[in-house]
Amino acid sequence: MSSTMDYTTSLAYDETFACVQCGYCLPSCPTYITMKKESHSPRGRINLVKMAAEGKISIDDLAGPMELCLGCRACEPACPTNVQYGKILESALSTVSAYRKEYETVKQKTIKKVLFHHVFPKRNVLGFIGSGLHWYQSWHLDDLVKKLNLTRVLPESMREMEAIMPEVLSGKRKEETTAVKEGETRFKVAFFTGCVMDTFFRKVNDLSMKLLTASGCEVHFIEEQTCCGALHQHSGERDKAKELAMANIEAFEQLDVDFVVNSIGGCGAAMVEYHHLFEPEDAWYDRAKQFALKSKDISTILHQVDLPFKEGAPLNVAYQPSCHLTNVQRVVDEPQELISKIPGVKFLPYPDMNMCCGSAGIYNLVHYEESMEILDMKMKNISSVHPDVILTSNPGCHLQMLLGVKREGLEGKVRVMHLVELLAESCNIQ
Amino acid sequence: MECRHELKATMKDPKRCLEDAADLYSYAYDASFGIFQPDLVLQPMSTEETAAIVKIANIHRVPLYPRGRGTSLSGGPLAVHGGVVLDFSLWDQKLEIHPDDMIAIVSPGVLTGSIDTAAGKHGLMYPPDPSSAHVSTIGGNLAENSGGPRGLKYGVTKDYVIGLEVVTPEGEVIRTGGKTVKNVTGYDLTKLIVGSEGTLGIVTEAILKLIPKPVATKTALVPFKDLVDSGKAISKILTSGILPSKMEIMDQSSLLAVEEYEPLGLPIHAEAVLLLELDGHPEAIAQEMEVVEKVCLDAGAEEVKVARDAIEERELWKARKLVSPAIVKIKPTKISEDATVPRSKIPEMFRRLKIIRDTYGVHLVVFGHAGDGNLHPNIIADQRDAEEMRRVEEAVGEIFKAAVELGGTLSGEHGIGVMKSPFMEMEVGKEGLDMMHRIKRAWDPNNVLNPGKIFPEPGQRLVLSNE
Repeated sequence: MSSTMDYTTSLAYDETFACVQCGYCLPSCPTYITMKKESHSPRGRINLVKMAAEGKISIDDLAGPMELCLGCRACEPACPTNVQYGKILESALSTVSAYRKEYETVKQKTIKKVLFHHVFPKRNVLGFIGSGLHWYQSWHLDDLVKKLNLTRVLPESMREMEAIMPEVLSGKRKEETTAVKEGETRFKVAFFTGCVMDTFFRKVNDLSMKLLTASGCEVHFIEEQTCCGALHQHSGERDKAKELAMANIEAFEQLDVDFVVNSIGGCGAAMVEYHHLFEPEDAWYDRAKQFALKSKDISTILHQVDLPFKEGAPLNVAYQPSCHLTNVQRVVDEPQELISKIPGVKFLPYPDMNMCCGSAGIYNLVHYEESMEILDMKMKNISSVHPDVILTSNPGCHLQMLLGVKREGLEGKVRVMHLVELLAESCNIQ
Repeated sequence: MECRHELKATMKDPKRCLEDAADLYSYAYDASFGIFQPDLVLQPMSTEETAAIVKIANIHRVPLYPRGRGTSLSGGPLAVHGGVVLDFSLWDQKLEIHPDDMIAIVSPGVLTGSIDTAAGKHGLMYPPDPSSAHVSTIGGNLAENSGGPRGLKYGVTKDYVIGLEVVTPEGEVIRTGGKTVKNVTGYDLTKLIVGSEGTLGIVTEAILKLIPKPVATKTALVPFKDLVDSGKAISKILTSGILPSKMEIMDQSSLLAVEEYEPLGLPIHAEAVLLLELDGHPEAIAQEMEVVEKVCLDAGAEEVKVARDAIEERELWKARKLVSPAIVKIKPTKISEDATVPRSKIPEMFRRLKIIRDTYGVHLVVFGHAGDGNLHPNIIADQRDAEEMRRVEEAVGEIFKAAVELGGTLSGEHGIGVMKSPFMEMEVGKEGLDMMHRIKRAWDPNNVLNPGKIFPEPGQRLVLSNE
């Protein structure tokens, strides 16, 4: 197969030279640990991108190792020379995607377009699709994902996922449904709801806004907001991601707020890096940078205010930090300190706490077996401290933890909640 | 490779045979220079598998390159003549601590740092601490005879190995040494194997000596206006009867790079800074630190900043940790050397390094384990600039020459590998090298194990490019 692309420019070739191949990233990489070979390590992947750019290996050779990366970016804090792994990964995924597009059939193109352009970016479509992952099957998207070569979506993964899907609230979110505190306020914030989050975990968004209000913030919901674009970007659909970023920046510029707050580790990570989507000379770069600086995870805001906690009963709590909250947003201490502040709560650190749970966007759907190996490793570590509750900070992790609890036979014994849900419960907010 | 199928059949699980283009390129490098693609990668996980592989390879004259996690800075695991890379990183199942015998018994893929952590649970420690201890395997450390900052007080890897199980180049399994600290039976093959860079045998199990873990540490940062004074202070501290557990040095270029990278309030006007750590009983090290303070001030130190608690201690070491990320900001390619000189020659080595830097116009910074003379002159360059890399190659050659001329050595802890073999004769002499060669030939008549390492090949010179 020959291609018309120039890989030295489409791949982040220059960035690969920052890697001195010391291997310090190896212990931080979940896929290196479970897949047991160098080509599934950060160092290995960076080298393969370099080799592909130099024409020593083909894009077909590159595709597998790059697509099996979770994108958790735990390698970045571990790197002594600050290699921009995220940028290298994205360049590889979009190169692989563009390469495939050259050979895609019309049918494959249509299916992908439906998924990325008409499903994820549209809250009402996701809302309409509603009940769990039924949509996946009823639209024959599973067939399609296979044909798209998103690889091995097994019926098992669908069944498993469906079994743990939470109840979905329906109806469109409107501005008047959210609380705005009158008078003197601590912070003026706009709330970012996210598409998947607002479909499957709308309650978490509702509680987030109530908590912010209860702690003295003025909270606004901006209707024009849309999907953050993270899933598109991670699937190599960079142009669509850019389009969505521009829509969000424009939407949130309408109101002068201190922060744009979200309760979704993954979306938050995409938003704090919005400016990476644009070249520095681009007029959008500064606007994106401004937006990125204002984007905050809810834990960093709630950490600064006083929450109206009530008396609490003793509770053992383990925390599953979302990779993108930890490694991209670098929000580590705030959620843990918040948890420790809850009356009655005992915060239980466990081995390799910062290791990815294997959810990683839609990784657990398209690479089910690989994801379950990582999840099982995670659950073994969590189970070792016997928690009553597992707290999460991202909808993907949340669903994965529900699945993990089920796989370990801990249903009914261990609750899985978003951090915000436990905070609200401890403040008697419903 | 006509015996490919035979070799592959040695693996109990076919998943542990790697031969895709992506995999072969993933085992073609280490942390040094050069890309050498093997024909096959095998991931053995037992002595039986290893012995079977070696037997086949020896019959068919297929080169074998044992590899840990590929953190080597001298090209140790590179497949310079094609053949098979043996990745031992999966074989990490055995990590036994026998506290009453004060030994650890480990399989080759165990991480070096894990041994110290496991020993720590019994109040013991495994002292060798290469900076890569959290990543590198003990097998690789044994092959390269790795060191680390604690080498000053505790020595290097070979000082802690008392017994080995080894697969010979002909595929036989032998044991050397044993479980006792004292052992004078026959030739000391243990010490011969450790540091032989995988050219004489493949270590499949190691028995390591452990020592009591010191209960406390104390750290100080000492800036010197004059580099020569810092060198004098190193000797004065040691002759005052105090043996620090670590004594590191950073030159002004390192300080400037770090401060620019992350402002820590370092004394950037100083020509050098010593960072030292004492370990032992809290009362003893408190008194020792008083002596160190006095000695340093007498030797011309500006001040002695002693950390009051663990947090301050971490802060002080942070500067040393940040040297690497700071210097690669300047240019991406980092050539890290480990030329080592007698302690008294440290100031003279610094002087020579300055001349080399100016003569060849290279960006050179120096830091490292000053206490044992093990300096790390690092040259920062850009691999894509061929002209610059040629200058770097010459400068590196001069660094080696300077070290040897001052009575030092080519390598204090990284090994010779493929990088420094062209300079071997300069240090050990023609006859010395010939004796080593005879040992190699006696052990490995078919030159199967890690060919192309330690011994220079005709016309070989230092090469730092990948083409």
